[in-house]
Amino acid sequence: MPKDSGIGASSKRREDIRFLTGTGNYTDDINLNGQAYVAFLRSDVAHGTLNGVDSSAAAGMPGVVRIFTGADFEGVGGLPCGWQVTDRHGQPMQEPAHPVLAQGKVRHVGDPIAAVVAETAAQARDAADAINADITELPAVVDMSAALAEGSPKVHDDLTSNLCYDWGFVEENKDAVAAAIDGAHHVTTLELVNNRLVANPMEPRVAVGDYAAHNGESTLYTTSQNPHVIRLLMGAFVLGIPEHKLRVVAPDVGGGFGSKIFHYAEEAFCTFAAKAIKRPVKWTSTRSEAFITDAHGRDHVTKIELALDAEGKFLALRTDTLANMGAYLSTFSTSVPTWLHGTLMAGNYTTPLIYVNVKAVFTNTVPVDAYRGAGRPEATFQLERVIDKAAREMGIDPVELRRRNFIQPDQFPYATPVAVEYDTGNYDATMDKALALADWDGFEARAAESAANGKWRGRGVNSYIEACGIAPSALVGQLGARAGLYESATVRVNATGGLVVMTGSHSHGQGHETAFPQVIAEMIGIDESMVEIVHGDTANTPMGMGTYGSRSIAVGGSAMVRAAEKIINKAKKIAAHLMEASDADVELANGEFTVAGTDKSVAWGDVCLAAYVPHNYPLEDIEPGLEETAFYDPANFTYPAGAYICEVEVDPGTGQVSIERFTAADDFGNVINPMIVEGQVHGGLGQGIGQALLENCVYDENGQLVSGSFMDYAMPRADDLPNFTVDHSCQTPCTHNPLGVKGCGEAGAIGSPPAVVNAVVDALQRGGKDVTHIDMPLSPSRVWSAMNS
Amino acid sequence: MHNFELVTPNSVADAVSALSGEDAQPLGGGQTLIPTMKQRLAAPATLVSMGGIAEMVGVCVDDDGVMVIGGATTHAQVAADASASYPALAALAGQIGDPAVRNRGTIGGSLANNDPAACYPAGTLGSGATIVTNAREIAADDFFQGLFETALDEGEIITSVKFPIPEAANYQKMLQPASRFALTGVFVASFAGGVRVAVTGASNEGVHRWSAAEAALSANFSADAVPEAPSADDLISDLHGTPEYRANLVKVLTGRAVAAAG
Ligand SMILES: Cc1cc2nc3c(=O)[nH]c(=O)nc-3n(C[C@H](O)[C@H](O)[C@H](O)COP(=O)(O)OP(=O)(O)OC[C@H]3O[C@@H](n4cnc5c(N)ncnc54)[C@H](O)[C@@H]3O)c2cc1C
Repeated sequence: MPKDSGIGASSKRREDIRFLTGTGNYTDDINLNGQAYVAFLRSDVAHGTLNGVDSSAAAGMPGVVRIFTGADFEGVGGLPCGWQVTDRHGQPMQEPAHPVLAQGKVRHVGDPIAAVVAETAAQARDAADAINADITELPAVVDMSAALAEGSPKVHDDLTSNLCYDWGFVEENKDAVAAAIDGAHHVTTLELVNNRLVANPMEPRVAVGDYAAHNGESTLYTTSQNPHVIRLLMGAFVLGIPEHKLRVVAPDVGGGFGSKIFHYAEEAFCTFAAKAIKRPVKWTSTRSEAFITDAHGRDHVTKIELALDAEGKFLALRTDTLANMGAYLSTFSTSVPTWLHGTLMAGNYTTPLIYVNVKAVFTNTVPVDAYRGAGRPEATFQLERVIDKAAREMGIDPVELRRRNFIQPDQFPYATPVAVEYDTGNYDATMDKALALADWDGFEARAAESAANGKWRGRGVNSYIEACGIAPSALVGQLGARAGLYESATVRVNATGGLVVMTGSHSHGQGHETAFPQVIAEMIGIDESMVEIVHGDTANTPMGMGTYGSRSIAVGGSAMVRAAEKIINKAKKIAAHLMEASDADVELANGEFTVAGTDKSVAWGDVCLAAYVPHNYPLEDIEPGLEETAFYDPANFTYPAGAYICEVEVDPGTGQVSIERFTAADDFGNVINPMIVEGQVHGGLGQGIGQALLENCVYDENGQLVSGSFMDYAMPRADDLPNFTVDHSCQTPCTHNPLGVKGCGEAGAIGSPPAVVNAVVDALQRGGKDVTHIDMPLSPSRVWSAMNS
Repeated sequence: MHNFELVTPNSVADAVSALSGEDAQPLGGGQTLIPTMKQRLAAPATLVSMGGIAEMVGVCVDDDGVMVIGGATTHAQVAADASASYPALAALAGQIGDPAVRNRGTIGGSLANNDPAACYPAGTLGSGATIVTNAREIAADDFFQGLFETALDEGEIITSVKFPIPEAANYQKMLQPASRFALTGVFVASFAGGVRVAVTGASNEGVHRWSAAEAALSANFSADAVPEAPSADDLISDLHGTPEYRANLVKVLTGRAVAAAG
């Protein structure tokens, strides 16, 4: 019998009622008294010298309150990068300034030059259009190889080149890897592109700045995944506002996928401008603006080499990657192609020697940063593609080749050669599960049916691993993170027994308001409806790092559990007092405290009441009240893993790919709410399949964004996707967090692209075409061209 | 978007006079025009709405067996009301955009706009239809004049379109993955006097007829008779397809349209 409440129950998402009935409170729903509106004048060239900004005509236009340019921000800090990467030679990365409004130069289409604050949004727009920016256009740096070539124009004149860093990992392994590859029985090489993506959350970004003159406090309402991080970065590094004078609120947020982690110029601008004009200032991004200002994702160009022995055992792996940083370093951009990518190159396999080289490159494009999976999809894609290619080259079944190299259950904890230690896993189990659910053995019959309809059927398999539950602070500190990555929770019990959990995690669609109470309800034995989650406001949540990297339940949930344990311990003491028993003998179950071996009991609610009405209370031993805070710093990452199988049909006449079946068998450890997990996997699969088949962010050689709207940027639609078969019954619980959970938010996006591409290549091979690789997205035109070249 | 005046006439005559004002433009379903205005790429002073002109809305078949579709008739209405008499055209209308687009967008707006990837231009040219305006009748062969260019004069209104109904017809549309306009679309119509093949989404010159296929199919209306793919010269090259790919689509979709037309 499935549970109907607590851990493991598919409790209905309580937040959906407001999301689906239009009663949510998104940032754009916030309108403050006296609010003015901002419109930005943005660069329409990719690269140029900004000689001057003439806003004299605009200044006199109706409704204009004030016009800001880069000059207004000269005394203000730039947008900081949160992770310092050290290169192969022990040198810090090159780190350019990132002004709020352009100073001296514009570096990508969309770079903000000036901002008009006006009485209405339309007036602000009209005036912004009337500003004359005098720009001398410079040759644009777009292609990464060209950017690194001698004599390339420089994105940042004060840096020595367009190379941000040249990272080698593990540098000490470099020669041993080379030797192993040189001496190997077989080496499979693959060159590939991990296509640039635009996150496109349904809600575009919005920022509302406010300033209270009476107490000197600034407030920023913003579409963020991590309001505390924004407060810290913006307060400490950009505007110089101490945290006790700055509040950041991220109310309902309509999707983020990473793109709302980062601190953006518009947030700093609105906060700054509100103080300058002593009025609230609001900016609402248009969709077109989002395309040229939201951080993009992926954009790696990689060469990968896999060395194997005659039996197909992996001997060594070497990768060379160019990673696009765009024009500036977005908040976590530098960590994505390095520590979130190189550390995952072992995959599920026992490859003993690995060397990863990444050159991060500045170009005149929008900054690139974390996008659902962040580095791990890039790692998985190249690894699972090269394994598939190797299997084909060596004539070994792709499932069998993977199995021969899987880390075995008795090898855990398993230290990989790329600096991480997997705590637990069982990769054959998820593979077996996926094969069974996908009816792997029935494939030939389905292929025959497809052939009868003039279609080529193919199948692709993939087994992925990711590092989630980000992250152990001490470890990431050593690796260059400029932040800790713990999480926090305050559990407040009210006098009548209901609870409020104030968490540093942030929900922007994930369903925390439903899942987190399930844990508390389970621990205490009360109804989930007695627990409320508060998040997204620095004024009423403890300092926390927010939500990304599938960290909410693994890290935020663990903090909540720790705080709840403190609550329960204290409540037991109160209960012991009320029952005149020793607290060691008190047990809590089903919302009732009992004393073992007696019929004494006291209800949860009575203990809570006693805590706040301490008439009969052990005041000499414990304080009144029931409120506890815990900070949880994970001992390790968590390592969700799984096996995905994709079956496609290719139309040989048009190259159109249709996904006929998709099976995902994931090991997420323990699962709090299976329905929410399934939804997360569905969404991840949608985005991964979107990357594989549809999405592509393309710049032309002048640095103009060609795919700058939904007319050309293809988002996956429901009818592009099959009905998914999703399973998470293979569970090897995480060994180091109290819930045994691993996180599920990114898995689908990580595991699906290689499965899709492997399947399409398989279909073409079965159709008699010797195609070994096609770069994503596998659009009909690309597939057809590959077939016919 | 800039401010504009909205005029909602009830007759073609009133619309024509409203359109004689400065910077006035017809408004059909607004599915192209409004987004263009929102992006500030167009800023007409006056929009003259076609939707309230009863004589411009509806689908009927006249005594000569010609289907007449009012210029302000929505795609959804054509999809529903033309399905019995001209199923291929109804199916074309039913594949345009999404329900919201089909419930607003009009045949007159689509033809006046003449987007090189739009569907109606293929159906209209492929049917050998006649575009009727407030001033004259224009044969489809003369109407489409390249990308977003038509024979319409300033302020001229498409009041209806007359479609001769073929013996067999079919529209094949390869979706552009993002916009879901036609990456390439082919409309094939077989009449007693011969076969017409109109291609959209493929050429830098916009919608056009594929005469080699027309000749071959007029002689033998079967998928096997479709000639080799046309030359890729002057076909569209963009993010979504190479000229060679589009040339292939023209051939493949023509064959499929013939097969489906039966
Ligand atoms: C999301 C989306 C998807 C779409 N998908 C497709 C598709 O798959 N295939 C396809 O073919 N189209 C597609 N369209 C286009 C749509 O179907 C409309 O046909 C098109 O937008 C124009 O029709 P409208 O009635 O909306 O015209 P409007 O946008 O109102 O006007 C367009 C132009 O025509 C002029 N005009 C309007 N009516 C008349 C008239 N009666 N006489 C003279 N001039 C007139 C206007 O002045 C304007 O210049 C799509 C549109 C959208 C927004």
